[in-house]
Amino acid sequence: MQDILRDMADVVRDPFAYGRKLKADTGKKVVGYVCTYAPEEIILAAGAHPLRLFGTTGTIERADAHLQSYCCSLVRGVLEEGLKGGTDFLDGMVFPHTCDSIQRLSDLWRMNVTQGFHVDAVLPVKLDTQSACQYMIDVLHRFKNDLERELECSITDENLSKAIRLMNEIRRLLRRIYEIRSDQPGLMTGDSLYTLVKATMIMDRERVREVLQKAVEKMEAAKSDTPAKRLLMAGGICNQPQIHDMIEAAGGAVIWDDFCTGSRYFETLVSLDKDPVTAIAERFLQRAVCPAKHAGLRNRAEDLLRMAHERKAKGVIFLYLKFCDPHAFDYPYLKAALDQEGIPSLLLEVEDPLPAEGQLQTRFEAFLEML
Amino acid sequence: MPENTEKIEKDKRKIKSVKKMKEIMTLYYIDAKTAAENNKKVAWITSGGPVEPLIAMDIIPVYPENHGAMIGASKMGVDLCEKAEAMGYASDLCSYARSDISCATVNGGPIGGLPKPDMLICGNNICGTVLKWYEIQARYFNVPLFIFDTPFCHTEYYEEMRRYVRSQVDEYIEFLEKVTGKKLDRNRMEEVGRLSVAGQRMWQAVLDTTVNKPAPMSAFDAFFHLALIVTLRGTQTAVDYYQELLDEMNERVKDGIGAVPNERYRLLWDNLPIWYRTKWLSEKFAAHDACLVADTYTSAWCGSLRYMDENDFLNSMAEGYTRIYLNIGVDEMARLVCDMVDKYDVDGLVIHSNRSCKPYSLGQYDIQRIVEEKKGIPSLMIEADMCDERMFSESQIETRIEAFIEMLTHRNRR
Repeated sequence: MQDILRDMADVVRDPFAYGRKLKADTGKKVVGYVCTYAPEEIILAAGAHPLRLFGTTGTIERADAHLQSYCCSLVRGVLEEGLKGGTDFLDGMVFPHTCDSIQRLSDLWRMNVTQGFHVDAVLPVKLDTQSACQYMIDVLHRFKNDLERELECSITDENLSKAIRLMNEIRRLLRRIYEIRSDQPGLMTGDSLYTLVKATMIMDRERVREVLQKAVEKMEAAKSDTPAKRLLMAGGICNQPQIHDMIEAAGGAVIWDDFCTGSRYFETLVSLDKDPVTAIAERFLQRAVCPAKHAGLRNRAEDLLRMAHERKAKGVIFLYLKFCDPHAFDYPYLKAALDQEGIPSLLLEVEDPLPAEGQLQTRFEAFLEML
Repeated sequence: MPENTEKIEKDKRKIKSVKKMKEIMTLYYIDAKTAAENNKKVAWITSGGPVEPLIAMDIIPVYPENHGAMIGASKMGVDLCEKAEAMGYASDLCSYARSDISCATVNGGPIGGLPKPDMLICGNNICGTVLKWYEIQARYFNVPLFIFDTPFCHTEYYEEMRRYVRSQVDEYIEFLEKVTGKKLDRNRMEEVGRLSVAGQRMWQAVLDTTVNKPAPMSAFDAFFHLALIVTLRGTQTAVDYYQELLDEMNERVKDGIGAVPNERYRLLWDNLPIWYRTKWLSEKFAAHDACLVADTYTSAWCGSLRYMDENDFLNSMAEGYTRIYLNIGVDEMARLVCDMVDKYDVDGLVIHSNRSCKPYSLGQYDIQRIVEEKKGIPSLMIEADMCDERMFSESQIETRIEAFIEMLTHRNRR
């Protein structure tokens, strides 16, 4: 297990080195993406490798010439890597439409990063109507055509079905790992869990399937009765694994999440009984939404409460990126829904890099003490 | 100059139509505030939303964004924003949204709050913020919400986008018929469509008068006179009013009356106004003989006229509402700004980097660079916020304006 985690941690530490090597070793085309609304199955079916970008761990030198101070660190970090050439091995980028900032990131990337092709997948914002469903299918067909043109390949239904099966299997395995760990949080640190999730979005997916399978086997055989205060985490993406160390040091453990680098990635499978593109579109309509999308007025609170009850969570940590509007708008109503059920919550607005460690540690300790 | 002459001079420059405009807006808000008593339904709608079917169905459209502008102009933004922050909304969120969300709970602001909505119409062609904002209000007021989802046109308007938006026009009408229990009168709808296009043309004509030197009005005037094309688009009232305003502007052109006494520099404004400082800014620029002759903001309400067909309104509005200024790529926006620089013969660009509006502001650095390169004109960036005065640093902005004017003067001498 330690070997698996070490390999995955290496991948997460330097995703671009991994991407370069994968490209050199396999000759595969690599397509970058920025959020879980990127149709990975279609990229895989094109014989290409989907690689998610999570911003930058380096300093910002170039992106500030294109983005004001009130833009989130994710968008800034992704653009920085594009501008300084960290992503120059990518054959192309796909930008699914989500929030206002990613929308402009797509423009700025297209205008300033000349390396590789650039594709927008302008998905519907509204996901709960018939016409939005049809439009989603149309957008994915256009995306498929765009990829075929850019990668000079033909994407067959057979390859799509294969990719769907692979991604479904990965989703099932991730979910299984979450479940085992939810029962026995001591089996794996939060840092390791999120390393695993992020590595899944970077590594060769066939390899991911093998590794996750192995991880499940090891975890099923292991036992841990280390007690921990059970927490849910909700937000966008987590680029700060240290947060989990702090939570765990304070006696807590994140045992489930509503995260883009978490359950929103693996919940809901793609149906195998349908035309593949339609089935992929339907998953996007049915899965737990990013708050930049609309699938109803109360569904996000309902999902969060259901999750908290199912997972017997004692509290919820909202971990938001500063300047992330869609999440910030939903916070008061989500918090009110938790309050009503007597579930305490803590809001943390963070940016890359994190503030001084002691400050956060104290907040976690105070929160966990209250539970 | 003796005091008397100064007053005559000032009166000469005063736009006479302002009075009429204020009357119309007062009547409009009285109508809206008394809607329930008159058995009329009220719909809250976004500023770029498809208002025409509402007008055709006698539903009173109310604009939280126009309300936001009023809150900002009456300097009540900070108080309401702080109230929203106390409710848990981050201070980085749009100040219109913050003001409106808290205002609804306290009926505060300059007009004691907006009339309660019977329904909400959210067009997301201007931003993703309105989606979240309207979701919040739909939960608060417990009324139906219709989302008019206009896919973003990074580079193109695709056929599937047209189909999607067009089908939503029908869904929208069905929604309105269901909420009101009435059928849409198609003849009336056609008439409203024609009036909407006529109003937009008239507004464009008003804005076009500033190609003249001196410009008979400034962008600050446009910010004010904009209210009707936003709130009463599709009515005869708007068409008539803008006709009157156009006549007045043409008269001023004939008489050589400029908005700024000795117009020397012609500037282009980008982004929303800084509502609580329009007077201050207007005087600051005028003191240096600089006139903001045009802006990218007020022209957005007639910018997609080329896609609208007055004789086939429902079909063409799908494209018209989707391809507005804020729903297109940054490079396309830069092209349009360059066109405006030429059209209005502009000497410099003034950019409001507006913390409240990410889709309008992220990308401005690139637009600035492109315009400077292509048009060879200098630019000034003002960091502020449309409604939240806490984000406005007077001394810093004053210094930057002066440095900018100095640069213009220097270039002028060369």
